[in-house]
Amino acid sequence: MNHETPAVVADGLRKTYGRTHALDGFDLTVPAGSVCGLLGPNGAGKTTAVRALATLLRFDGGHARVAGYDVTRDPERVRAAIGLTGQYAAVDETLSGRQNLVLFGRLRHLPVRVARRRADELLDQFGLADAADRSAGTYSGGMRRRLDLAASLITRPRVLFLDEPTTGLDPRSRNGLWDAVRSLVAEGTTVLLTTQYLEEADQLADRISVVDAGRVVAEGTSAELKARSGADRIELVVRDAGHLPAAARVVERVAGAPVTLDREIRQLSAPVTDRITALADILRALRDAEVPVEDVVLRRPTLDEAFLHLTGHRAAGARERAEVAA
Amino acid sequence: MTAGRLGWAITDGWVMTGRNMRHVIRSPEEIVLYFSLPIMFVLVFGYVFGSGMAVPGDGSYREFLLPGVFVMTMLYGLGATASQIAVDAGRGVVDRFRSLPMARSALLTGRAGADVLRALLELSVLVVCGLLVGWRWRDGLGDALLAVGLILLLRVALTWVGILLGLLVPNPDTVSVIVFPLAFPLTALSNVFVAPELLPDWLGAVAAWNPLSATVAAARELFGNPGIGGDSWAAQHALLLAVGWPVLLIAVVAPLAVRRYQRLSR
Repeated sequence: MNHETPAVVADGLRKTYGRTHALDGFDLTVPAGSVCGLLGPNGAGKTTAVRALATLLRFDGGHARVAGYDVTRDPERVRAAIGLTGQYAAVDETLSGRQNLVLFGRLRHLPVRVARRRADELLDQFGLADAADRSAGTYSGGMRRRLDLAASLITRPRVLFLDEPTTGLDPRSRNGLWDAVRSLVAEGTTVLLTTQYLEEADQLADRISVVDAGRVVAEGTSAELKARSGADRIELVVRDAGHLPAAARVVERVAGAPVTLDREIRQLSAPVTDRITALADILRALRDAEVPVEDVVLRRPTLDEAFLHLTGHRAAGARERAEVAA
Repeated sequence: MTAGRLGWAITDGWVMTGRNMRHVIRSPEEIVLYFSLPIMFVLVFGYVFGSGMAVPGDGSYREFLLPGVFVMTMLYGLGATASQIAVDAGRGVVDRFRSLPMARSALLTGRAGADVLRALLELSVLVVCGLLVGWRWRDGLGDALLAVGLILLLRVALTWVGILLGLLVPNPDTVSVIVFPLAFPLTALSNVFVAPELLPDWLGAVAAWNPLSATVAAARELFGNPGIGGDSWAAQHALLLAVGWPVLLIAVVAPLAVRRYQRLSR
């Protein structure tokens, strides 16, 4: 595989369970050596996509190549090139940490001695040397997840799938895992990461694919996605909640977009396209309408808002309109 | 399958056998539990009920009983097979195995390998126990080893039944609950405790054709223990059936188990 060949290509993957389309034309391209974040809510199809790409799940339609090999026709070559760390630590809980790593090394067809040496190296690297001979069932959640990640790295994978790797971890363990992922990437491993945490995608991923209802609905860098979700927002605080309806009418007319109200803090907000002009126009219009303004701020959308915008557009829009009407 | 692939399938199966044997070593209390049941059967049936039990022809009931207990122990081992497979299939670790470039068959063949090793261990303990209560093999070591071979063959067949069961009911707790009600009538309706010709006609016929009975009868014949014979075709051809039944069982059940295992990638 040369560097022009993408590490992961999914082309129109489909997977149906009864009437549910878990994957519904899932397209994805991950360049070699990069980190791709699959971002989406529970049930969006992220895990299904990873399981399909990691040869664990047969899909009903479409094509996929991982590390240059066809997932359906050449699954064994794919398996030799990948590592997979799932949501739930996939280790043998009866065996010790060391026995686990030696076992997985031997099943990767390393000679016994090499498998043992590699197990020791990984136990050291992941801070598990002290617990190496305890059964994995006695490990804490963070230790188990580290063992699980170590098990994916016995031979350095060309493509590493991380399915919600930090779900349920405390911040310290999470940071440790992030560091481990970064150093792998520095050595040239391609990482496909699924996460529900925007922060995680923001921290680790070069590019983010937003997944919803079994397909990728948006793709880009974190900054691009923020920009694409529109629009900056203007937020205004009026002196008195009684002024809100009048202010909302004015802002809606000038900004040409639905307005969100929060009576508790006497705030209204609206998306704006041309920041400075909009700011000047809205303030002038409010002064003309004699609505006293206490505070005003312009801000860029968070990735959270981008996400909401990209996956739950209609629902969010409907709620905003309902609030304006109220 | 090329020679290389077959070679890896065997190596991987052996590595998985080692993994499963480490489980046994790490939870020895389970093994103690498995031995205690058959030993209890030897003592309870041999001494408590044995005094009232008749053996066709002549001979000691305990000597009649032991081959039956060997086979019964193989049957109860099925429960362990099924629950171990259910534990594996129900946990994330099966995903790990399935994402490795190992032979897919190794999870199942490794289970079967470990179960045969375990069965050997169990049989060794039972043989010692049997020798202590007066059981002997009387027709030479060669025949005795052949009997042990037939008993292990049945164990291999039962392993596949256990694997299928474990994959169909992927909850270890359910498995252990359903195995006993399945296994107990099977031993009761066999020649394990009572010679079929001493049972009412129809029950005797059922008992004589029971796959367990074939292995038990063949083992009694090869060990030179009492209770051999009977008029039924099944009793007359015990050796043939002791090979035929397990082979048939493997031929039917193993492909079903493999198919069920492959459907884990649903």
